[in-house]
Amino acid sequence: MTQPAVSVNATEERLAGLDMPAGGWSKPARHDALARVRAMGLPQRRDEYWKYTRPDTLVAATAPKAAVFDPRETPVFDGIDRLKIVFQDGVFDAAASDDLRESGVTIERLSEAQADIHWAADLYGRLETRGQTPVARPLAALNTAFASDGVLIRVSGACARPINLQYHHGAEHSDAMLHHVIKLEQGAALTLLENGPAAARFNKVMEVDVADGASFHHVRAQGRDHERRAVTHIFARLGAQSVFKSFTLTANGVLTRNECVIELTGDDAVAHVAGACVGDGDFHHDDTVFVTHDAVGCESRQVFKKVLRNGATGVFQGKILVKKDAQKTDGYQISQSLLLDGDSQFLAKPELEIYADDVACSHGSTSGAIDEDALFYLRSRGVPHGDATNLLTLAFLAEAVDEIENQALRDEILGRLSGWLERHSG
Amino acid sequence: MLSIKNLQVKLEDEDKQILKGVDLEIEAGKVHAIMGPNGSGKSTLSYVLSGKDGYEVTGGTASLGDQDLLDLEPEERAAAGLFLAFQYPVEIPGVGNMTFLRTAVNAQRKARGQDEMSAAEFLKVVRARAKDLKIDAEMLKRPVNVGFSGGEKKRNEILQMAMLEPKMCILDETDSGLDVDAMKLVAEGVNALRSEGRGFLVITHYQRLLDHIKPDVVHIMADGRIIKSGGPELALEVENNGYADILAEVA
Repeated sequence: MTQPAVSVNATEERLAGLDMPAGGWSKPARHDALARVRAMGLPQRRDEYWKYTRPDTLVAATAPKAAVFDPRETPVFDGIDRLKIVFQDGVFDAAASDDLRESGVTIERLSEAQADIHWAADLYGRLETRGQTPVARPLAALNTAFASDGVLIRVSGACARPINLQYHHGAEHSDAMLHHVIKLEQGAALTLLENGPAAARFNKVMEVDVADGASFHHVRAQGRDHERRAVTHIFARLGAQSVFKSFTLTANGVLTRNECVIELTGDDAVAHVAGACVGDGDFHHDDTVFVTHDAVGCESRQVFKKVLRNGATGVFQGKILVKKDAQKTDGYQISQSLLLDGDSQFLAKPELEIYADDVACSHGSTSGAIDEDALFYLRSRGVPHGDATNLLTLAFLAEAVDEIENQALRDEILGRLSGWLERHSG
Repeated sequence: MLSIKNLQVKLEDEDKQILKGVDLEIEAGKVHAIMGPNGSGKSTLSYVLSGKDGYEVTGGTASLGDQDLLDLEPEERAAAGLFLAFQYPVEIPGVGNMTFLRTAVNAQRKARGQDEMSAAEFLKVVRARAKDLKIDAEMLKRPVNVGFSGGEKKRNEILQMAMLEPKMCILDETDSGLDVDAMKLVAEGVNALRSEGRGFLVITHYQRLLDHIKPDVVHIMADGRIIKSGGPELALEVENNGYADILAEVA
């Protein structure tokens, strides 16, 4: 594939500003990834896959400035008993982190693990590479090549408490790149929490290998810094009868692109990916999801809800690909936006591509305003306009939030959403 | 208590006058009924009083006690003590019935400067009132009116009325879509709320609801005006002879 000169220039300009970590065992994977980046070229505005989201600031040689925001409230998940691992502008903060030794799980850091870690070497960059077909994701390959740190988590049993990756943002020009590798062995279980704005610009990749019968629950809150930018990728492979459930809350952030690439490779696996985002003003949020069914009897759900006001933009690109032998597939996809005023917009591209003949797949996408009849009904019972609007907005988001199975985590996320709505109502 | 004087209302979006000068006085403790043919303006009257968008008041006044209703937002009218039982209660997916009731009760208390009801107290009261209306725990848990039968929706309206304890209740064709048993249950719920301090305006097409909720005064509305008022016997007259005679008599 020949790239236009402009793309080559932009790619080389970006690469010139980056130093590849020594890497040890990850070195071959990093060099392969760099070759992929050069072959693909970094995304540019003309790319079909970036039609609704401008990649310029994610690709630029330096990160645009992002003011550090003090939310003046207890960080999300603080009330949950969990093992905390903290990164400050992408740099591991040992003092703020818990002891990484935990039963049922081994946790190592990408930057520390110099000795050969076979399991991680077998995965690092591998799921990302698989996820490059049929659609190129160059920023993920860039991450594999240059990520400065990350965690390598291997779960052999049931991890007693959630692991919480916290990303603090303290410098206005910080440019962070983290790469996590998570392996759940047969029958293992892990809840992973992520929160925080991370940096002025954050590029994160998470590769998750879920073996047969294992289950992975993921809840993330992306941090309220208004000017932060992020591009994140999750690459997951699911074995037979495994479960993968991921939910993301995004409040604020000038630009967020969350890609999730899931491959169901074992029979009867379940993959749910959901997101709720709330944006007011200078806010652009893109959920790009690609679910491939390559086994019999699997279920996948994509549930994305966006609340947009004052010129905020929401994007959804979601695809379900059902391969020829993936019979009895149950695929569901819904993306909806609630536009609280006439200035906001929602751009959606739902896709189904089905080669098996015995499947049930449905998808839907809607954009709408607050239901005036419901609003009047609530007001006629004495609920003030702002409160009634917020109640209906939370109701709109409920289908996505309900994807969080754990009630304490769900309540935590609901609390954050209510708080945001109260601050932004009127 | 509810005082309506020469109320004139047109549709906001088109040049169509719906109410052409309605006069109505409802005293505390009394039940008034309004009957009338389709399109006479009965439902419009209920919507205008409760503050629904889409109507323009072109003349006249409406007040509850000493408050000018037409100046208030819908939520302020509710807090002032006005309640409309909807002809078509709205389904609200995603909002639990219990959450809805509690939010409404506490919003009104807050607006009146009262303390919010505690969760435990609220639960106790709502359970007792729900039981009277044969509303089970399952219905309280479900999203507001979603998947409710016609009868369940109307009982849910009466439950809201019972919880909010308004001064002035307007029932807009509460009997529509109800079978005889459901209508009796709803009427019992309404009758239980009759009290000296509370007024009712019952809008209906049929006399049969008035067999169960006995009105003190019956009004006949036609073409945007109240054309005749009388005792309960007026409703029987309509039931037996239709509106034609009354319309002819007034014309």
